[in-house]
Amino acid sequence: MSSTLTVAPAPAAKEEQPRIVEAPKRHTGLKLLVVLAVWAVGYFLFHDRDTLARPFVQLNGLDRWFNHIRDVIQAAGQTNWFWHGVVGNFSDFVNSVIGWLQQLFSQPAAGRPVPQVGWLGVLAILGWIAYAMAGLRSAILVLVGTLLFGVLGYWGDSVDMLIVTLLSVLVSMAVGIPVGIAMARRRWVSTVVTPILDAMQTMPSFAYIPFFFVVFGPGATCAIMLTVVYSIPPLVRITEHGLRSVAAGTVEAAGSLGVTRGQLLRKVQLPMARRTIVLGINQCSLAALAMAVIAALINGPGLGPDVLAGLTNLDVGQGAVPGLLIVVVAIMLDRTTTAASERSEQHSRGERRMSRRANRIVLGAGLVVVAAAIYFSHFYIQAAQFPSALDVGSQLADGINQVTNTVVNAIDTLTLAFKNVISYGFLNPLQGLLADTPWWLMAPVLLAISWVLGGLRPLLITLVCEGVIFGVGLWNDTMITLTTTVVATVLVMIVALVLGVWTGRSRRADAVIRPILDGFQTIPPFVYLVPALALFGASRFTAIVAALAYAAPISVKLVADGIRGVSPATVEAARASGITSWQMIRKVQLPMSRSSIALAANQGLLYVLSMVVIGGMVGAGSLGYIVYSGFTQYNLLGKGLAAGIALTALGILLDRSARAVADRSGT
Amino acid sequence: MSAPTIEPGAVRTGSAVEPALRVDSLWKIFGNRADKVIGTEDANLTRKQLQEKTGCVMAVKDVSFEVAPGEVFVVMGLSGSGKSTLVRCLTRLIEPTAGSVVMNGEDVTAADEGRLRELRRRHAAMVFQHFGLLPHRSVRDNISFGLEVRGTGRAERRKRAQDMVDLVGLSGYELSYPDQLSGGMQQRVGLARALAGDPDLLLFDEPFSALDPLIRRDMQNEVIRLHHEVGKTMVFITHDLAEALKLGDRILIMRDGEVVQVGTPDEVVGAPADDYVKDFVSDVPKSHVLTLRWVMRPAREGEADGAPALPADTIVREAARSVLAAEGPVRVIEDDRVVGVVDDEDILRVVVAEEH
Ligand SMILES: Nc1ncnc2c1ncn2[C@@H]1O[C@H](COP(=O)(O)OP(=O)(O)OP(=O)(O)O)[C@@H](O)[C@H]1O
Ligand SMILES: [Mg+2]
Repeated sequence: MSSTLTVAPAPAAKEEQPRIVEAPKRHTGLKLLVVLAVWAVGYFLFHDRDTLARPFVQLNGLDRWFNHIRDVIQAAGQTNWFWHGVVGNFSDFVNSVIGWLQQLFSQPAAGRPVPQVGWLGVLAILGWIAYAMAGLRSAILVLVGTLLFGVLGYWGDSVDMLIVTLLSVLVSMAVGIPVGIAMARRRWVSTVVTPILDAMQTMPSFAYIPFFFVVFGPGATCAIMLTVVYSIPPLVRITEHGLRSVAAGTVEAAGSLGVTRGQLLRKVQLPMARRTIVLGINQCSLAALAMAVIAALINGPGLGPDVLAGLTNLDVGQGAVPGLLIVVVAIMLDRTTTAASERSEQHSRGERRMSRRANRIVLGAGLVVVAAAIYFSHFYIQAAQFPSALDVGSQLADGINQVTNTVVNAIDTLTLAFKNVISYGFLNPLQGLLADTPWWLMAPVLLAISWVLGGLRPLLITLVCEGVIFGVGLWNDTMITLTTTVVATVLVMIVALVLGVWTGRSRRADAVIRPILDGFQTIPPFVYLVPALALFGASRFTAIVAALAYAAPISVKLVADGIRGVSPATVEAARASGITSWQMIRKVQLPMSRSSIALAANQGLLYVLSMVVIGGMVGAGSLGYIVYSGFTQYNLLGKGLAAGIALTALGILLDRSARAVADRSGT
Repeated sequence: MSAPTIEPGAVRTGSAVEPALRVDSLWKIFGNRADKVIGTEDANLTRKQLQEKTGCVMAVKDVSFEVAPGEVFVVMGLSGSGKSTLVRCLTRLIEPTAGSVVMNGEDVTAADEGRLRELRRRHAAMVFQHFGLLPHRSVRDNISFGLEVRGTGRAERRKRAQDMVDLVGLSGYELSYPDQLSGGMQQRVGLARALAGDPDLLLFDEPFSALDPLIRRDMQNEVIRLHHEVGKTMVFITHDLAEALKLGDRILIMRDGEVVQVGTPDEVVGAPADDYVKDFVSDVPKSHVLTLRWVMRPAREGEADGAPALPADTIVREAARSVLAAEGPVRVIEDDRVVGVVDDEDILRVVVAEEH
């Protein structure tokens, strides 16, 4: 380690090397081939028999039983101590809080044509909050974004969207941060909570909407609960991670000075993890927004219903304008929380542009302005109701429709060709193979595949999940969803490998591509359906394209990180041996980033699944559409619940198998 | 080399004075059923055998020693020999499996949580290899962190921190943040932080290993200077023999968690306890460490009467000039008694041996 080191290790002190156990050869490829051959032959002999396909409106016993339960709960909602006393009152309470906020900020208040605080007041309040949290640039961004709410003609719904999202984020913070802290401080809490978080994050969001729908009924409470449940896991995880990753040496040094547990948390861990925790809030608010949009399906307030209307009318322009506003909200949330995170670091180090006092004075002056704005917006109609003269939303919608038509017509042949190649070359044969093979052959084939790829554990998990899917009577629909998912995942991985290798190898490509990926990742998934619908109409393909757009960024990033993570020393040594770029990619960088690629596939798969399900509403059919129909058709709710269960099983099956494969490739 | 046997009295542990630190058969075994090992046959196994058999890692095995007030006690050994574990057991940053640690007459191993915190706050402070500074606090706030934790008022904290900043030579950097400082400066902050609470005992875990050689030498001199100025008892961990010889009043050599030898630098170099230590010290320039006591031979009857005399603890290198200049042998005296003689040949044997 240094030249002054005079120690010569004694031979006796040499460590004996452990015996290296060679991994047994697995012959994975060969075994897979055998399975595929058996499957193909079976399909050829027996196809279209015992596929368990079931007409859409046909209910089975379980569906009817679920419907019955729903009826019982609804009836009990009047009297029962739990359903009325606890759930009902809680529901009423949340509804009234939201109602109150809406009357305050977004919807006409009792006895007034406008809310208590009009647009000018809301604008001032939001700008002030952004300034206080994140500084001037974020404040300007928020002001412009908020003005767009009105300019595009969706003032009330946009503010509703913000109310639901921010309220959910506050609840998530109030619950999630203390839980994350407890997890970081007590191992048993972590042991108990982590599997719950795992389950919450593996389940496609669509899968549990029906359950909340049954318990809380449609409306704001249900929307808030869904949103909190969906957005809390990342915050809890990141909080725990942030606290845990405070350098062990620092914690130890603090310990050597005799800190108490409380002092350790307050003076060492929280300040050092502050930035990470604010990033957790960032993730949490983006997730909250994504879910708040989807809550449109259960009549949640906000912009979601506007997009949904556009989607169901197949009117791209009508969906695009509120979709655009959702993106605006996402950008506002993302930029503000990111800036707040960066600032919290400078803040804790006292590196501020302004002194604490100057900052206080500016904030105080701002408060005066806010108060004035609230006053005017309460008493003067011009400051209360956003001037409709400025509303350009409908012109924009028309414009978008025209442009879309022109563009879509111009590239019609191209998109059609793409669609046909994928559909006929890939999607249809695979769907035939998966969905038209008799279930008694398909089930063992899936078992065999998970065994060959992952081993015993995935096999058992697959067995259980198959049992559940079979049990709820949605085998055929699940296979169709699986087909779409597999095809989209393959496309995602092709994109991820090409772009990931490129960005991983070239700094310049990285500088260009990464911000785009970041941008894509802030957009709530629901919004992707709008452009996909514009290009491909209502079809399975729409969901696939939306899934591609939604899942590719995370996978590209993971692959790129893997490629970049290959030790520079190895790359240099390989280059010194004179290999070509292509050889470098194929023989060094790809094999060495295998575990990242496996992780990219795993994440891609989960993202794709959740999008494919949402895409059920615009032509992808199967499970997603059944869930969706459960909300819109009274009789189908039971079947929707069953589809939610099948989806959960499918999600777990895919996730665990993919994880097992990733673990294997990691070693 | 003809090495005389060590006289027990040569070890400077002033048994009359209460030791600053006494460690009594201390054990630390990592693993699930670690406490089941001690007292059984398994305790006699080597580290590797134990790990194979029980999965437990024997990090510190039956270590005992005493440190006198004001002494610099160095623990050294190769990587993995258990030094860090040992030093952490002293203030129970790692909970020892068995044995006792007594600090200034107080049994650390028996202290409850509150008492232990008090001990860490006031009596023993530690300096770490990787500094362990708080990145979100300025130099001044890092140094006064220990005082803040124990509830000292703000004004007093500031003043004390400023004194410490001056003491370690960081004046002008009070308001900098750790990541703006070089490694050597960061470790000065670590040192100042440890000194700020005015502890009786300073523990160092390889504090300079992460620094480059020149800075390391600076910092070693700094420790020597501070030791002169504040006179604290120090336990100093290192794997660098040169550092151990330079700083240590006494050196404890560890191997696989066990004590191999405890002694003054010249004892360790002059009379290595076994091949392991011998191998360790084989590259040390002996003439820089050994004293005349290690190279002298008994005087023959009437020999060297009236010849020049040198104290027995003179380093060989420093004695060489006078011995070589003298006609014939030179007398070696200790407590006004002649204990032996050295001549040119005895000196040259040590000096020339290093040429190979
Ligand atoms: N928390 C732990 N759990 C299990 N084994 C441990 C733990 N900490 C240390 N060990 C083991 O105890 C032995 C001694 O470790 P220790 O860190 O004390 O060595 P060291 O002499 O300080 O080495 P270095 O010079 O590398 O710092 C090592 O074999 C190490 O693997
Ligand atoms: Mg160590």
